[in-house]
Amino acid sequence: MEKKWEEMSSDEKQEAQFQKLLTPKDPEGNDLQFQSPEAEATYKASINRIKDAVQLKKPDRVPVCIFPGMFPWVYSGMTIEEAMYDYDKCIAAFKKFILDFKPDIHFGAAAPGPGKFYEILDYKLYAWPGHGVKPEHSYQCNEGEYMTADEYDLLITDPSFYFRNFYLPRVFGALDGFTMLPPLTGILEMYGVAFNFIPFALPPVQNTFKALFEAGAEALKWAMAVGGTDGELATLGFPNILGGFTKAPFDTIGDTLRGTKGIMLDMYRQPDKLLQALEAITPIMIGMGLGAAQQTGNPVIFMPLHKGADGFMSDEQFKTFYWPTLRAVILGLIEGGCIPFIAAEGGYNSRLEVIRDIPKAKTIWMFDQTDMVKAKEIVGDTLCLWGNMPSTMLKIGSPEEVKDYAKKLIDTAGKGGGFIMANGAFFDHAKPENVKAMVDFTKEYGGYE
Amino acid sequence: MSGELAKLLSDLKEPEALAFVEKALGDGVDPMDLLGEAKEGMNIVGQRFASQDYFIPDLVFSGEILKGVVKRLEPHLKKGAEPERIGKVIIGTVAGDIHDIGKDLVVFMLDVNGFEALDLGIDVPVEKFVDAIKASGSTVVGLSGFLTLAFDSMKDTIDAIKDAGLRDQVKIMIGGGQINDEVKSYVGADAYGRDAVEAVKLAQGWIGG
Repeated sequence: MEKKWEEMSSDEKQEAQFQKLLTPKDPEGNDLQFQSPEAEATYKASINRIKDAVQLKKPDRVPVCIFPGMFPWVYSGMTIEEAMYDYDKCIAAFKKFILDFKPDIHFGAAAPGPGKFYEILDYKLYAWPGHGVKPEHSYQCNEGEYMTADEYDLLITDPSFYFRNFYLPRVFGALDGFTMLPPLTGILEMYGVAFNFIPFALPPVQNTFKALFEAGAEALKWAMAVGGTDGELATLGFPNILGGFTKAPFDTIGDTLRGTKGIMLDMYRQPDKLLQALEAITPIMIGMGLGAAQQTGNPVIFMPLHKGADGFMSDEQFKTFYWPTLRAVILGLIEGGCIPFIAAEGGYNSRLEVIRDIPKAKTIWMFDQTDMVKAKEIVGDTLCLWGNMPSTMLKIGSPEEVKDYAKKLIDTAGKGGGFIMANGAFFDHAKPENVKAMVDFTKEYGGYE
Repeated sequence: MSGELAKLLSDLKEPEALAFVEKALGDGVDPMDLLGEAKEGMNIVGQRFASQDYFIPDLVFSGEILKGVVKRLEPHLKKGAEPERIGKVIIGTVAGDIHDIGKDLVVFMLDVNGFEALDLGIDVPVEKFVDAIKASGSTVVGLSGFLTLAFDSMKDTIDAIKDAGLRDQVKIMIGGGQINDEVKSYVGADAYGRDAVEAVKLAQGWIGG
């Protein structure tokens, strides 16, 4: 009899996840119909290649991926504004990008996101085309203290209540009605229960809900378009294995709640509160990844790391504030059968000895400016290396330079397996011939044995 | 008391540094001396950052402590007592890019090192840099950018400075997350700085100080 999910070890869970990826289904739950036997073979070979790399074994060759920012849409000659507002154009461009460059796997066309959705909710956290940046420019975060320094206790006591009543109305203008809602945990028994629902009679709350219905419909429309492309690309042999995303707790608080400056001051002025808050949101960050994986059926959970890079804090600060809760999230995801895919933006050269302390062969780390030879030496027996073709080289180098760099990566980081060729940092602009050189050269030169 | 405030500030002891200033002012210590000491403290912070004993959080925090110190000193300082600046440096995040953390650190470090940093802000149109050079007579320009689009914005900015006939009058340095020497050559800048300390060194090399 098959083991129940809860009874499986994390090894067995990972294996089961890969088996699921190797037997893909269509949206109705039937076996996916590939467009050709070749497409099916390509699809399965890609999954197996990634699986071997994650498990630190030698695949048939070095897998190669492109994890761009807005490059697929810039490559198609459209503005970012078009990619965000015209879902058909957005997915057509993404499909063209995949079919032209043919990476082993991809992560879907979700990067531009639904422009109209952001408008409906009056999203203030980002500037996007028509709302703070030009049509051809990508969206960027409006850094700020969306959580004030004196709100830690509120966050620690009930993160969801804090998010709904304080944080969300600050970053979404249309969610102002949320400020009037009582905590859900007050809804307990017959006597008094009705009082909790009175706010829903008030016009600001009703307006917020109207906006939510509209935003939800828009999000669904967009997700259907994006999801449809994933399905189509799968039948053509290009799997999307991205299951969702979560964050390092320090970045969750530092990126969009307290802001970079805010959290850095908290490290000095109220370190205990900060540590408590990091602990409080850790299980939430784990749940976010596990929940997304369950919903999408894909095990790879993306985690972009921001404020723990070399230079952003000392090793001591990293070990105190950044790493313990990040590690807990990584372990929680692994325990739940997921494969954390951690993008270490910037350099992680001084952190390699620290991040080594995680289960072997369960994670992928995307390295940007980390020395890959050193990384191979220190963490090569622990985690799968991903990267680190420089985005500067893709943008201003030549195909020859790209090939030389790729060769070095394959010869060093790729030695013995456990390496996936890809860009090291997200990029919007690059010479197509350079991106092509990275993929084609890896396929040509990256074979094992 | 000599050096006490510089030590407290450079050791990032915020409450102690502020209490020290309050007490010293009460004791009749010359506020200019205290300001001088605070600057000495910030120099030590800069040195510790350069030697990688301090990192960005420490730099940011030291800036906040300095702000608190200056706020307490200000009412006691004579008007017009602003010390002579070494030179002017124009700084801005280039067109299309709104990232400001790196740029702000450079502005801050230039300021504590005695430069007048003319901060043009973020998403700065090319003409604004040109106009600022003309208006200020500054001989050093710093361009900041985080995204790949910034490479071309930097190039456009430097081209516009050339077209305005100002390229020979200024030294141009660039910086940002993905910036390296290849980008420097691509955009036609004079130098690339890895961090705020390097930006200060470049400015010192070009202007002095």
